[in-house]
Amino acid sequence: MPEQLVFAMEVILNGLMAGVLYALVALGFVLIYKASGIFNYAQGVMALFAAMTLVGIMKGQVPFAHLINAIFGTHIHYFGWNVPALLAILMTMAVMVLLAWAVQRFVMRHLVGQEPIILFMATIGLAYFLEGVADLMWGSEIKTLDVGLPQGINLWIDETTYNIFDYGFFIDNLDIVATIIAALLVAALVAFSQYTKQGRAMRAVADDHQAALSVGISLNFIWVMVWSVAGFVALVAGIMWGTKSGVQFSLSLIALKALPVLMLGGFTSIPGAIVGGLIIGVGEKLFEFALGPALGGATENWFAYVLALIFLVFRPQGLFGEKIIERV
Amino acid sequence: MLDNSEGYVTEDGRKIGGVVMEMKNITLRFGGVVAIKDISFDIREGEIRAIIGPNGAGKSSMLNVISGFYVPQEGEVWFHGSKRPPMRPFEVAQQGIARTFQNIALFEGMSVLDNVMTGRLSFMKTNILQQAWWKGKAEAEETENREAVERIIDFLEIQHIRKTPVSRLPYGLKKRVELARALAAEPKLLLLDEPMAGMNVEEKEDMSRFILDVNDEFGTTIALIEHDMGVVMDLSDRVVVMDYGKKIGDGTPDEVRNNQEVIDAYLGVSHD
Repeated sequence: MPEQLVFAMEVILNGLMAGVLYALVALGFVLIYKASGIFNYAQGVMALFAAMTLVGIMKGQVPFAHLINAIFGTHIHYFGWNVPALLAILMTMAVMVLLAWAVQRFVMRHLVGQEPIILFMATIGLAYFLEGVADLMWGSEIKTLDVGLPQGINLWIDETTYNIFDYGFFIDNLDIVATIIAALLVAALVAFSQYTKQGRAMRAVADDHQAALSVGISLNFIWVMVWSVAGFVALVAGIMWGTKSGVQFSLSLIALKALPVLMLGGFTSIPGAIVGGLIIGVGEKLFEFALGPALGGATENWFAYVLALIFLVFRPQGLFGEKIIERV
Repeated sequence: MLDNSEGYVTEDGRKIGGVVMEMKNITLRFGGVVAIKDISFDIREGEIRAIIGPNGAGKSSMLNVISGFYVPQEGEVWFHGSKRPPMRPFEVAQQGIARTFQNIALFEGMSVLDNVMTGRLSFMKTNILQQAWWKGKAEAEETENREAVERIIDFLEIQHIRKTPVSRLPYGLKKRVELARALAAEPKLLLLDEPMAGMNVEEKEDMSRFILDVNDEFGTTIALIEHDMGVVMDLSDRVVVMDYGKKIGDGTPDEVRNNQEVIDAYLGVSHD
């Protein structure tokens, strides 16, 4: 087999893996959008916040240490203990539920029945607020996150491909784990929203507030639930990205990569988020591999957006989005 | 008449029970506009009670007060013999008051079956963890409620559209699905806000039949708002007539028909 082709295959495989991570972030967007009709701009920042909180708890960092020290003239930074990863994840989830409650209590509750654009603006505000809180709470330095997920080259794939192609593929174990977790997450979320009573109530609220009230659904409870689920997805995405590239503020920028993913897949479709993520992951890697050198490199920065733009022209509702037909 | 507290028997032999819901001196204002002015009336168990009146009379506002969407500034709402504290609409629904809306409020993206299933939510007691585990309690609960829903779907003759997304249905069927969802809650009191608005004659006849059947078969107490006089007079046991937020008549269809104030309101006599 020609060397170029084998190399391209590796690029595609790596692209698929990267695509899974994009899809993971996009999923958070789709979920809240489907469940509450809100496009949650803060999803990326929530992933960052979750990852920072997780690291902070694991390392026994004192929250708001800088603030406390500045006010009281103390020099505390760490409690002096380490929390095991699993316990820390559970604690972080509790924090995310608390955050969900706060979002509902202080923001969403006052915006019942408002236009979607107003709600969208509120989530932009929330994003910047949350970024500030994360900074104040845990500090702005880059942190490493290690919850014990396997990392590094997968030797089995390396050996097998070497035996077949005379060339070993480099696939990161973490990417494989991320793929498995993303698949499980999607299956769980679909089952939850389609078959459970809470899921049904969630879809009902997304559709019509008044009607939901008339059948005895408490909007407040459902919203706390929706934002908690979004917090959970953010936590999973935060763990994956944080482990891969360190917990840092640029993490919230990956959320922007989810936008072209969503345009491709459709804002209302869970399978769309996944397929969109994979197309962009593979597309940008292949494009860089094939045309990158000719175009001066770093095409990964803009390829996704251009692809999404082209898509918007031909299929504005995305690959899997619901086509909106208005009866006149 | 009709001060007999134990109820009465209708001409067609249905037994009407005691008072289920009583509105006492309800006044509702929106800023300076008085939508409802000092209105009192009651609804008896098993009866079909109509609220009629010209456009803007405050009928829908009254229905919204009963279902908790509006909170009146003055007056008391008594339900099953006790005064109702201020409540949010979802709490009222959980008390057993179901309703339909003037402009259909269905979950457009969901199937007919799912829409009707939402009516059963207050009957489903399992928590999130039990739902996640699914086997056992949650599954049994789903099956049980699904059976109840299928009975209602059969009853309203909408089996053929069970799996159809509501957004694809014609207007008349949507109205029927909304009725099905309200019925699924097995309400003690069913509120219908213009159930026949915008329907053709045939659809109106169907809907009338369903309303009568529901009342007859399940003994459901029904309060409804309707514009079509013929329909109202045929369906209801007692009628409240409203005009400009005030009550101008209350009684059997025959009494109301012969009430001079009601005739004036409908034929348009100047209000000086």
